[in-house]
Amino acid sequence: MISLKKNFNIAQFQSLIALFVLCLALALLTDNFMTTDNFWNVMRQISVNVCISVGMTLVVLTAGIDLSVGSILAFCGAVTAGLLKNGLSIPSLNLFIGFTVLGAIVAGFLIGGGLGFVNGYAVTKFKVPPFVATLAMLTMARGFTMLWTKGHPITGLGDSFGFLGTGWFLGIPMPVWISGIVVITAVILTSKTRFGRYIYAIGGNENASRLSGIPINKVKIWVYSIAGLLAAVGGVLVTARLDSAQPNAGISYELDAIAAVVIGGTSLSGGRGTIWGTVLGAIIIGVLNNGLILMNVSPFWQQVIKGMVILLAVIIDKSNQKSE
Amino acid sequence: MTALLEVKEITKKFSGVTALSNVNLSLEGGKVTALIGENGAGKSTLLKIMSGIYTDFEGQMLFKGQEIKFSRPKDAQEMGIGIIHQELNLIPYLTVAQNIFLGRELVNAFGFLEREKMINKTKALLTRLKLEVEPTALVGTLKVGQQQIVEIAKALLTESEVVFMDEPTSAIGESEVEVLFEIINKLKAEGKAIVYISHKLDELFALADDFVVLRDGKVVGQGGVSEISRAQLINMMAGREVKVVKKSTKNCTEEKVLEVKNLGLLNPENPQRPLLKDISFDLCKGEVLGVYGLMGAGRTELCESLFGLNHRKLTGSILLNGHKTGFKSPIEAIDAGMALVPEDRKKDGIVAGMSVSKNLSLTVIEKVSKFGFLSDALHTKLYDKHVASLKIKVHNEDQAIKNLSGGNQQKVILGKWIERNPTVLMLDEPTRGIDINAKNEIYELIARLSASGISILVISSEIPEILAISDRILVMSEGEITAEFSSEEATETNIMNACIPENMNQ
Repeated sequence: MISLKKNFNIAQFQSLIALFVLCLALALLTDNFMTTDNFWNVMRQISVNVCISVGMTLVVLTAGIDLSVGSILAFCGAVTAGLLKNGLSIPSLNLFIGFTVLGAIVAGFLIGGGLGFVNGYAVTKFKVPPFVATLAMLTMARGFTMLWTKGHPITGLGDSFGFLGTGWFLGIPMPVWISGIVVITAVILTSKTRFGRYIYAIGGNENASRLSGIPINKVKIWVYSIAGLLAAVGGVLVTARLDSAQPNAGISYELDAIAAVVIGGTSLSGGRGTIWGTVLGAIIIGVLNNGLILMNVSPFWQQVIKGMVILLAVIIDKSNQKSE
Repeated sequence: MTALLEVKEITKKFSGVTALSNVNLSLEGGKVTALIGENGAGKSTLLKIMSGIYTDFEGQMLFKGQEIKFSRPKDAQEMGIGIIHQELNLIPYLTVAQNIFLGRELVNAFGFLEREKMINKTKALLTRLKLEVEPTALVGTLKVGQQQIVEIAKALLTESEVVFMDEPTSAIGESEVEVLFEIINKLKAEGKAIVYISHKLDELFALADDFVVLRDGKVVGQGGVSEISRAQLINMMAGREVKVVKKSTKNCTEEKVLEVKNLGLLNPENPQRPLLKDISFDLCKGEVLGVYGLMGAGRTELCESLFGLNHRKLTGSILLNGHKTGFKSPIEAIDAGMALVPEDRKKDGIVAGMSVSKNLSLTVIEKVSKFGFLSDALHTKLYDKHVASLKIKVHNEDQAIKNLSGGNQQKVILGKWIERNPTVLMLDEPTRGIDINAKNEIYELIARLSASGISILVISSEIPEILAISDRILVMSEGEITAEFSSEEATETNIMNACIPENMNQ
């Protein structure tokens, strides 16, 4: 159903080689990189970034950007944790609602999707540039998180919730299952549905798309909503893994997501790129992080190296385009 | 007297399409040369070559007898060639003085800007041009006419020896035109060579010493303005052997598909001059209605208004198949059976990076879907069908549309609308930038589609094209319909006469 050949382009081929070389180097330089434990470790660590990067890819494909995903992640994680632990009480109505694990997660997802919807609405109906609209949301959602948590972590969320972050199913960690499902769904969505085609068309040429009768605003609102929803998925994963919702969770996650998207060959001006590319980008960043830690490189240098990789990826991508 | 600037045997091609062929031109100091021709005749291309914007072309350019080669616009500027563009190239957030000195700011020994000096020089320039604005005013706060004068000041700053003016009066009022003419005459007296491009023929008769007429990229006539009449000039611009592809004797007795009544479109920038005014016409089933007009006549605005793009600013009514419409978006217009092939293919037509088959299916995505999922096989089927019937030259369905020639891109866009089988098909400059073979194929296609019952509205600024394909012709000027001709009545001369703005037509 998903034709791999068609979805890979030259940029991804280069990314694959880069990843291979990176893994080879780390295998030679360290003792414990090529172990099963470390493999699942890396995969589990990147699963949050994969989720939000997938959402980011959709937004970037429409020539937008979403800076709010890190804050939405934190807020949704906190909402889910708070509802699960304390329920929702409205003293003025003398009302108390308790939440099951599923109920709390669904509530978190709804909030994420809703905040994404607000982003999309601002971008389409009020023509606020995506950078500004989502920057505003970044600040607001962080504020909501602080209000909701009163600045303190919410901990002790129970085993069944924790299972989502730390459990294994059929020999594969739960976060990897979840991010895998997100990826497969997004690949089908982008390459096999009308919605996906419209995303590429809008990013490729919004004027031509409008004149072809494509519902630009509707598609964009959906895209931002999905990005918000996927940030909420990331929030649940982070919270479940730590058994704690931190008020300052997810800070600068949007930058890691953008990095994954860019390294994966998606053009920031829209219309060009794939979900698989982004997944590769996220894996490269994850492996790099992991490898540098295993090699005891100082965290300060890690950042420098990561920045250089991003720059290099874009330079290579530009030269690919020129030679096209 | 030797020529100041001379071009010899200039030929310029754009991906196979010849824009200029073997053009010779010689400009003398102290003379105003009028460069005239229809839209797309090659005037702008020639201008861009002589001002260093296009650097790859065949032929020679001589400045005071010396061969010259520009590698960028600045070279031409430094040589003494100034250009006043048709579109304003000013930055609204900078002041008048900052705009005039943009890229050639005066600096002192420490590299700091000499603000006072620039402001004073600007003041002197503005006085010379009789423009009463402060050098420190933001350009964005000036009226369009004033901005045009600032643009002129910019060209005068460098003390150019050759000055090109591309329709400098298109945006300014009468008093400003007078000032401009005075300046031109003064420049002429100073021995500068001036090239004046305009559609307004009486301006040319008032100003120019020599004329050069371009048509289809060739010089078809030149000489002294005093030796030629207005009618002769019009004939030269338009005149050419016309091959009639289709002349139908169809009367509009059949059912009216589209009825436009008193359509008006407000101009938010200038309420006194609406973009469309009192437009009324009918379009019958299977009819090809040609709309001719110069740039800015409101042709494109008409198409867009019928397609649901300007609904908030529209007055009057549009009836489709007898029902009143009020399209709020292209989506609604398309659902009702309208289709539009836009004027600017690159900007509004193609999704450049997408494949041919994806571009083709953009309007009919449900036709290439099965159970809600896109089907490769259905894409291929759609692609095969249109590539065969429209004779699109393409390697395979995954080829990006940007790598096709203009003609083939246009066929893909036509294909995506044909697949929807529209009631009304609007074609805005359907053959712009397309080679002659593809043009003829598109003419045949228009005839075929109209025979199958589709009503077609064609906008074109090429008279022979309009004459060749239309059953009936409307001429627009300044947002109004100024004439209607049946295909028997229409001639190049009476169309040309009807399209030139009235107040200029004495």
